[in-house]
Amino acid sequence: MQIYRAHVLVCGGTGCVSSSSEKIMSEFETHLNNNNLTNEVKVVKTGCFGLCARGPIVVVYPEGCMYTMVKVEDVKEIVEEHLLKGRIVRRLLENKHDDEGVETSIEGVEFFKKQLRIALRNCGVINPELIEEYIAFDGYKALAKVLTEMTPEEVIDTIKRSGLRGRGGGGFPTGLKWEFTAKSQDDQKFVCCNADEGDPGAFMDRSVLEGDPHSVIEAMAIAGYAVGANQGYIYIRAEYPIAVKRLNIAIEQAKEYGLLGKNIFGTDFNFDLEIRLGAGAFVCGEETALMTSIEGKRGEPRPRPPFPAVKGLWNKPTLLNNVETYANIPPIINKGAEWFASIGTEKSKGTKVFAVGGNINNTGLVEVPMGTTLREVVYDIGGGIPNGKKFKAAQTGGPSGGCIPASHLDAPIDYDSLIQLGSMMGSGGLIVMDEDTCMVDIAKFFLEFTVDESCGKCPPCRIGTKRMLEILDRITEGKGEIEDITKLEVLAKNIKASALCGLGQTAPNPILSTLRYFKDEYMAHVTDKKCTAGVCKSMMQYVINADMCKSCGICAKVCPVKCISGEKKVPYVIDSSKCVKCGACMEKCPFKAIFKNV
Amino acid sequence: MKSIAELEEIRKKALDKMGIRTNTEGYRVVVGMATCGIAAGARPVMNAFMEELNKRGIKNTSVTMTGCIGVCRLEPIVEVIDPDGNKTTYVKMNAEKAVRVVTEHIVNGRVCVDLTIGSEEKK
Repeated sequence: MQIYRAHVLVCGGTGCVSSSSEKIMSEFETHLNNNNLTNEVKVVKTGCFGLCARGPIVVVYPEGCMYTMVKVEDVKEIVEEHLLKGRIVRRLLENKHDDEGVETSIEGVEFFKKQLRIALRNCGVINPELIEEYIAFDGYKALAKVLTEMTPEEVIDTIKRSGLRGRGGGGFPTGLKWEFTAKSQDDQKFVCCNADEGDPGAFMDRSVLEGDPHSVIEAMAIAGYAVGANQGYIYIRAEYPIAVKRLNIAIEQAKEYGLLGKNIFGTDFNFDLEIRLGAGAFVCGEETALMTSIEGKRGEPRPRPPFPAVKGLWNKPTLLNNVETYANIPPIINKGAEWFASIGTEKSKGTKVFAVGGNINNTGLVEVPMGTTLREVVYDIGGGIPNGKKFKAAQTGGPSGGCIPASHLDAPIDYDSLIQLGSMMGSGGLIVMDEDTCMVDIAKFFLEFTVDESCGKCPPCRIGTKRMLEILDRITEGKGEIEDITKLEVLAKNIKASALCGLGQTAPNPILSTLRYFKDEYMAHVTDKKCTAGVCKSMMQYVINADMCKSCGICAKVCPVKCISGEKKVPYVIDSSKCVKCGACMEKCPFKAIFKNV
Repeated sequence: MKSIAELEEIRKKALDKMGIRTNTEGYRVVVGMATCGIAAGARPVMNAFMEELNKRGIKNTSVTMTGCIGVCRLEPIVEVIDPDGNKTTYVKMNAEKAVRVVTEHIVNGRVCVDLTIGSEEKK
């Protein structure tokens, strides 16, 4: 067996791949070859490390050095300096602040310090395309334990006692769901995995599947044993090509090792798994629509009850859990329900993965214990707001969720407190917004998304959301009236109460929560026709400050509609009637003499 | 997969290959690989360490490199750090001496005193 003295881990998550991590890998191979190091240094492709904002990421062991924003040109230096001569390339280190060279290891990076990785435990650690590496870190041990030592009832009891709740957004107790499905009597049952992650800005499930596909496969087999199913389906969107590819590889390898198939671990338990690709309709993340789509029909929801646990796929009892929920199962079985229940808050146990994006320095993937405050996520882990701007609000739960304003920065993040704040956990998208964000515009953005994605089956969602969008359009164009706000509130409440599925029922949430915390902004739009953030274009004008203008004429040159005029020694003027408010003049003005007038 | 024993065997084997990413215990061998070290023949020394460790199947020992330690006249220099953090500095190394260090120091815990910097300085 060949032992390597160094391992070079290159992130193969979608974020880093799109910034050429694959080229970096092949460049490593080339330079290692040139330096005759191929027998000493091994290059490993891993899943997402989470610090996507600083990608592509390369970690070199045994030192555990984390290099960030690595370019293809940097590879030669890493090979010749670090791997050949043992000199760490400091300029590429993530934690540069330490010049003494003590803290060069990945553990010292601020971004990781407050995180606790359970669902992401193997992401960025193992090669997701090698089942052996998963097994090395206790992979399939939980399945072995369940099949040889536990009854299905004991498995369900363990999950119930762990306090695990669905990570897809709803937060329903996972153990109860398993119990209901187990109690349904039928000759055939199914286990499904919802990997149809559709919230704008959310990529937790994709990262788990890309970085650790076997954890989901193992958990689904455990679930199959617990509820009495021998067939599983993973419903994943076709827009996730890397995740689909790695899942396929993982399923093949699990079959080769006999971890899927017949008589697993010599028992009479059989379990098989297939992938179904979705075409990217948001509504197919709703459980009944998802199952209809797996059956090969048009992805539309149906009324519940009957719940999937009673009548699901092909009218057979079906267990449906989200990717992240499944990823938590093997550690719970291995370490016990008590261990998991000791993490988090009273009613929300364990950890939650968030895809943090928007106006924040460390865009990426973080996993924190439930009950961590928003402030810790935004400032300690996320590195704060860029350009010294102020935090205005964080949006959780995507188009189904709501906004949390700065006054609640110290609220603990768990299912119940988020609901109390008028938002929701959702699948884990967390979009940070700074002071330059218009909350009416944000509500409009999410509503545009739901209007597009509404399947059209039920009128409250199909017609109601469209009407709400029309009102928001009016308000942001400066044509809103005071009654519009009341109309919005009434419509929102009615749609919530009468829509068929989760998509429609939650579609008004972005409006309701922004109305709750930022009603004054709505009022300013309606009564004063003002957008204080300067986002809504019809309510603001670009003006040139005559005292500061040096008549250089650069603004007139960049203006695409030629609405700026002036001459030497006379200040330039913008003709507001022609201005399209592109902002190019303000960006280019060397004397910062152009302002937004709101 | 037919039994837990089978799974455990695969696990151990795979973990051995990956030990470098998790290992914090065990010996560390640090070879001086600056220009002076390489010119004096540090690479064959390191290769000898790798080969011998591989041959004996010792997995909890990492081999890393460092820059110039400063006593270029005594290169190739190798530092062996034991699990308790005690450092032994070997000087004027070659492939045969490397094999000896693995056998005596890393396997049996006996420092090869005659190869250390202290005994070289006394000469």
